[in-house]
Amino acid sequence: MQNVLQEIGINNYIYLSTILFCIGIFGVLFRRNAIVMFMSIEIMLNAVNLLLVVFSTYHQDAAGQVFVFFSMAVAAAEVAVGLAILVGIYRNIHSIDIDKLKNLKG
Amino acid sequence: METSLLLFLLLAPFAGFLFNVFFGKKVSRNVSGTIGTIAVAVSFGIALNFFFQINSTKQPILIDLFHWMTLGNFDVSFSFLLDQLSVLWLLFVTGIGTLIHIYSISYMHDDENLHKFFAYLNLFIFFMITLVTGSNLLIMFIGWEGVGLCSYLLIGFWYKNQDYNDAAKKAFIMNRIGDLGFLIGIFTLGYLFSSVDFTTIKAIVASGRTVDLGWLAFGTLCLFIGASGKSAQIPLYTWLPDAMAGPTPVSALIHAATMVTAGIFMITRLNFIFDLTPTIQMVIAIIGAITSLVAAFIALVQNDIKKVLAYSTVSQLGLMFLALGLGAYEIAVFHVITHAFFKACLFLGSGSVIHAMHGEQDMRKMGGLRKYMKVTYITFLIATLAISGIPIFAGFFSKDEILMVAFHENKALWVIASLASIMTAFYMFRLLYLTFFKEFRGTEEQKHHLHESPSLITFPLIVLAILSTVGGFISFPGHSWLNEYLKPIFIGAREEHHLDSTTFILMGVAVVGALIGIGIAYSNYIKKSQVPAEDNEITGFSKVLYNKFYVDEIYMAVIVKPIYAIASFSKNFIETALSGFIFGLGKVTNMVGTQGRVLQNGSVGFYLFVFVIGTASIIAYLFLAQ
Repeated sequence: MQNVLQEIGINNYIYLSTILFCIGIFGVLFRRNAIVMFMSIEIMLNAVNLLLVVFSTYHQDAAGQVFVFFSMAVAAAEVAVGLAILVGIYRNIHSIDIDKLKNLKG
Repeated sequence: METSLLLFLLLAPFAGFLFNVFFGKKVSRNVSGTIGTIAVAVSFGIALNFFFQINSTKQPILIDLFHWMTLGNFDVSFSFLLDQLSVLWLLFVTGIGTLIHIYSISYMHDDENLHKFFAYLNLFIFFMITLVTGSNLLIMFIGWEGVGLCSYLLIGFWYKNQDYNDAAKKAFIMNRIGDLGFLIGIFTLGYLFSSVDFTTIKAIVASGRTVDLGWLAFGTLCLFIGASGKSAQIPLYTWLPDAMAGPTPVSALIHAATMVTAGIFMITRLNFIFDLTPTIQMVIAIIGAITSLVAAFIALVQNDIKKVLAYSTVSQLGLMFLALGLGAYEIAVFHVITHAFFKACLFLGSGSVIHAMHGEQDMRKMGGLRKYMKVTYITFLIATLAISGIPIFAGFFSKDEILMVAFHENKALWVIASLASIMTAFYMFRLLYLTFFKEFRGTEEQKHHLHESPSLITFPLIVLAILSTVGGFISFPGHSWLNEYLKPIFIGAREEHHLDSTTFILMGVAVVGALIGIGIAYSNYIKKSQVPAEDNEITGFSKVLYNKFYVDEIYMAVIVKPIYAIASFSKNFIETALSGFIFGLGKVTNMVGTQGRVLQNGSVGFYLFVFVIGTASIIAYLFLAQ
């Protein structure tokens, strides 16, 4: 692992993560399709996971990689719940365009 | 046996009360009155029985019903003490109570709430019995508050008249001030003696154990404040004349013969601790003397027949307090008893007059009634002679003894009390002359209706007149049955006043004084045929007197008005400020809510945008803060 890091350099990993994260943020902010927004959130999550793994390798500490496993498991659960909610929304308004979800307008 | 007799004594009037409350409206008016009367008569019979028993055995009876409460090492049991003093009080409370119940059957016959009247009267008798038979201060306090309540209910009996309601409230509030003093007195005694039981406190005092005299003086002063509330002494006396708003039998029973003597009863009960605090005794004597003088002054010019009697009651109570303050408890008790006889007779007589006059109470509109009301006139005359202190009538002996004690103890007090007595003779004969002599001054229609009252009204008058005549012999000078009888309630031997030349001279002075008073009344109202001036023609000092020294007005200005001022200040400023603040908080919250609601536009995209901006700014802040 150490070799991989030496070949490419830690900075590039950090750039990649940042780019992925920003893509995620913009996806969430600018797309109106709920599933696409959901995918953007997953991209942000995985950008962070990647960063955790990189730092874990850099510090020679396996704890960060173990943590990523947990994070992925929780993310899987979260995806299940999130998709269930989306299905619920679709059944109600026959659309997953979040601009149509304005019933809670104060 | 004794326990069940006591329960009958106590509960008979209470049963009468319950009956009249729940069934009084359903039965006929006479049944309601008769049951009320019988209930009290039963108590009177039992009281007589107890009296004879105690008079022969000389042993007090202590009846312990149950244990009431324990507070630390402080025990209170619910028990009753029948000794010489309480049995004596029982006798005249229930005895005069019975007579007045009989009288009320006829007097109140046309009242729509007759059953309620008897219910209240019975309840009053019940509480009065509790008050006098209680074996400790707390049970006495139950009775004390109870009679105050009944007094309130009966003063305001004709509740449709707002003035009467105000009089009732005044009586209640004034009494409440006194009751607070009484309560503090009880606590102080409880603190000093770890007991509020009369027998226990007496035993502690008799054993000579030292107590903190400073605290004791505080306690006795508070007890005296309580007594001055109930027994209408300065400064708490103004309720009693107003209490005449109640029906006349109530004035006779509660506001002349029985309830107002409760303060004297309480001080006599606790005579042994008052003896330990001579300063407070002096205060009591001085206040008593001043009260008797002030009330007598006011009574000189009143024109309402019941008001005159009310002030004369205050004056006589003042004399009793004078005797108490001088340590002559048995003489105070003696005067209580004779006063109960003749004052009840006077009040019932005035009731009979008012009855004949169809509710007119102004003496200026009376006159010449002796031709129409023979029995009322004769009994009234006897009672007037008794209160004026004419020899052989009851009042002579008791008043004379008070004057004698005052003469021996303190000449200044003797002068004040003698002046009050002379004035008493004057205003009582003024009342008699204005009411019963000369020509009738009312309207033709009233004159046409004048009649002697029915026998149910005259019978109690005759009995009370007889008692006012012979009542004085229970404590004949030099050979006093009463003093002998009351000895056990005191600690140690009592000083005997022997008959000597001073005694006879003083008697002579008192009688001459009374005769002078009567003479002035005779020359003014018979010889010169004066009739008191109309209200707006009264001038000078008599105007001050007629307006009762403006005491009510002074209380109004000094106490009531400032309280109203504080109340209106609180209402107008403090409440406004507070509610302004509270409402302000509400308004701000409401406004923030109205404005903030716009942010909740329901657009998920907008929420996310704000969320990202927020998170980013927090992170930026954390970086910058480092």
